[in-house]
Amino acid sequence: MAKAHQKIQELSWEPQYHEPVAQYGTDYTFEKSQKKDPLKQVLRSYFPMQEEKDHRVYGASDGAIRGNMFRQVQERWLEWQKLFLSIIPLPEVSAARAMPLLFRTVPNPELHNGQAIQMIDEVRHSTIQQNLKRLYMNNYIDPAGFNNSLRNFHNDYCGTIGRQFAEGFITGDAITAASIYLTIVAETAFTNTLFVAMPAEAAANGDYLLPTVFHSVQSDESRHISNGYATLLMALADEGNHQLLERDLRYAWWNNHRVVDAAIGTFIEYGTKDRRKDRESYAEMWRRWIYDDYYRSYLVPLEKYGLVIPHDLIEEAWNQIWNKGYVHEVAQFFATGWLANYWRIDPMTDTDFEWFEYKYPGWYDKYGKWWENYNRLSTPNGHHPIVAENVDYVYPHRCWTCMVPCLVREDMVIDEIDGQVRTYCHEMCRWTDVEAFRPTYQGRSTPNMGKLIGNREWETLYHGWNWADVVSDMGYVRDDGKTMVAQPHLNLDDPKKMWTLDHLRKMGPVLSPNVILNEMTPEERVAFKADYNRQGPAGRPAPVDA
Amino acid sequence: MTTGRDLPKPHFTDAEAGAQEFPDSTARRFNYYTPQKRKQTHYEDVTVEVQPDPRHYLAQGWLYGFSDGRGGYPLDWTALKAWGSDRPEPKRYPGSGGKGYDWPATGWHEFRDPNEEWELTFYRYNSNVVRQLNQNIDAARQSKAFEQWNRNWVTFVERHLGAWMHVDHGLGLYLFANANRRAPTNMHNNAISVNSMHRIRAAQDLALYNLTLSEEVPDFDGAAHIETWNSDPAWQGVRKVAEQLTGIDDWCEAIFAANVIFEPLVGELFRSGLVQQAAPRNGDFVTPTVIGAEEYDYAERDLRYTTAMFVLLTNDREFADHNKALLQQWLSTWVPRAIDAARTLQPIWSQPDSKPPRFEDGLDRAKSRFSGILSDLGLETPKELAQ
Ligand SMILES: [Fe+2]
Ligand SMILES: [Fe+2]
Repeated sequence: MAKAHQKIQELSWEPQYHEPVAQYGTDYTFEKSQKKDPLKQVLRSYFPMQEEKDHRVYGASDGAIRGNMFRQVQERWLEWQKLFLSIIPLPEVSAARAMPLLFRTVPNPELHNGQAIQMIDEVRHSTIQQNLKRLYMNNYIDPAGFNNSLRNFHNDYCGTIGRQFAEGFITGDAITAASIYLTIVAETAFTNTLFVAMPAEAAANGDYLLPTVFHSVQSDESRHISNGYATLLMALADEGNHQLLERDLRYAWWNNHRVVDAAIGTFIEYGTKDRRKDRESYAEMWRRWIYDDYYRSYLVPLEKYGLVIPHDLIEEAWNQIWNKGYVHEVAQFFATGWLANYWRIDPMTDTDFEWFEYKYPGWYDKYGKWWENYNRLSTPNGHHPIVAENVDYVYPHRCWTCMVPCLVREDMVIDEIDGQVRTYCHEMCRWTDVEAFRPTYQGRSTPNMGKLIGNREWETLYHGWNWADVVSDMGYVRDDGKTMVAQPHLNLDDPKKMWTLDHLRKMGPVLSPNVILNEMTPEERVAFKADYNRQGPAGRPAPVDA
Repeated sequence: MTTGRDLPKPHFTDAEAGAQEFPDSTARRFNYYTPQKRKQTHYEDVTVEVQPDPRHYLAQGWLYGFSDGRGGYPLDWTALKAWGSDRPEPKRYPGSGGKGYDWPATGWHEFRDPNEEWELTFYRYNSNVVRQLNQNIDAARQSKAFEQWNRNWVTFVERHLGAWMHVDHGLGLYLFANANRRAPTNMHNNAISVNSMHRIRAAQDLALYNLTLSEEVPDFDGAAHIETWNSDPAWQGVRKVAEQLTGIDDWCEAIFAANVIFEPLVGELFRSGLVQQAAPRNGDFVTPTVIGAEEYDYAERDLRYTTAMFVLLTNDREFADHNKALLQQWLSTWVPRAIDAARTLQPIWSQPDSKPPRFEDGLDRAKSRFSGILSDLGLETPKELAQ
């Protein structure tokens, strides 16, 4: 095999007559130098190896159906898969699309072979995950939310949050996107939690198919991590790149923390029925996989090559998760807005409360009351969905950058860009928009840096709309034309317990926090911010001054 | 041994399909796209709509852009158009709602890969190919089949068969893999990435075959292919046009020039018109199986998706004429380049001891095959073909 690998190195050649097209730019500079292909993967062995993995995956799928796996699957878990499996095939395939960004920008043909294999690996991941979702749709009790999966993902605000973990790979500065954001941070740090923690939790909820598929996916990941590492070392070789590397690590780390911890944290903590005391919490997993394995063992050793590590942001992400309840705040927000989603979120029970209190001491004082209200309001009984009821919860503003709302209220900051007032969940998200994604960075010209674009605040699209029209417009309605896909409970047996468009019709209109913010006078905005920063935890209004 | 271990316990949940009846309880099909035929295929289910489009469902639009502010997969990355392409993206503003045009919004989304490639089919197919090749080469080695080769044929294989691996590798990476970032739908980009891997695999197949020959055939020069590719005048025409192909910016032009023009006029001419013919006459029954795998990839799979892709565009209900005019223009540009490359390669036809059919006859066959492909696409044979 070593000889075979040596031989295929003879395949790379330099153009003599015409340069290949250069479609992507970078502000990084690379010295051309002989490099080793870090993957050492020859297709003659690669294809049969992958096919063998497929045999195991598809064998397990058949077995799960024959063995009636769905009689033991927790609905709570499968409901959150409607969100997760609507998101994840796009990041996968976007990783495939990202590979060519590196062809011209990293002038080492030895690396390109590995990048092409990663490309097809990612096509593999995307379609194998779509296939898993299809299997769930066909065999799980409630297909709603799976059956309109990709329309939902494309027009839902949770989908929008998740999409950053895809679009960030394929646009902007080629190295920022396809190397630092995708491989150095997303794959190396965060797919550990995605592909290691999720399967364990799935299995604990009676779902042993997701583990089969995701372990199979994960087994390709170490090769991708080597791709990223090789590029990173080359980038480090040029002193002039260090400033950009520092910028990109800060941006990529923070955005991944904001997005991935929000989503996967919620799935692991609130999407499970497994409340054994010795099952690891998301915070414990994070500490192990991300803090110890990624930060201490992967990132810190790179310091000796001159990489500036964002130590402060690693600690701050941990601070957010451990001290500021980031995951709990996000899960509470998802549940607040259950009616704008396409899966069912059931109330937390006493067993859940007990576990949360055990794992996160002080949890009940912060979130317990709200979840009791959620339970009380979960079946229609003359009241509105929880978002329109008085439960001591102030509907949050969106973060312009990461698009998760500004949930840790004290961290919210405001800035004005191009005549628009924007809220950010944290100074780091403000920095990302205002300083990092700009054509100059710390006085240095960065003409290839990407831009934050799009309509980044979902509520604005529906400003002034009735909720029933919002949900119809998005298409989250079941085949009787009125029952909603989303429900704040898991009862399917009694139609009277199911929320319909008729219930929503009675609610007040959706109002865009950002539109309202921009209508304020500067003085009103100062007062608004002061009040907002005193809100929380758990979205509570600011205490009334004595 | 298991003392103290606290394992999750299975619970009976009865969460299987059909356990209860309620709205949507039987709605078990992806409802966000229209299948090409009556029933949705497995391939469509795992492929369609994975890549979003702001013209139909992507309410908030693309979120991250290049420095010019453009994100996603801009339609003008090719000059060809599918119906609906000229309609602007739906405008969003406070209270605009999120609905776009009805699916599919543009004709681009009507493309389906007739090979229905996704992970299962892809790995099965390519594993079969590499297994088959390994077996053939092993069998040849054991039966000492290479000993029957004459010296001139050994030279031909080490140099000219070897040179072709560079074409495969270069196009596989810098044309096909590159184009997988460019097309507006997942169906296009997945098909293109599969095509890319066919070429990269074919390149490696040839390289590893070359390695075996260096071990088995006395005086086989395993490095001769590099020198041939770099400086043998006969190959410089092919090399020039291969490099030029990787320089194309427009992704449709790249696929069209490579698969509709270059492959029939140069690729098949070399593989089928020369190697496949000359090998058996020179006592070589192994090389045809190696090069035949690639021939099959192209003729039976890559050309198939390419045809389906361009037939849609030449029959487009809004832009058929626009597309045909452009494709004719591309034909006028690329056909002379391909013919030139083919003619520059002509001297190698006379190198084997037992001669293959004449170059001109091979070229005529390639041209008529090429004209057939064009007529399938509804395009005219360009006058430049007469060169
Ligand atoms: Fe992946
Ligand atoms: Fe943020």
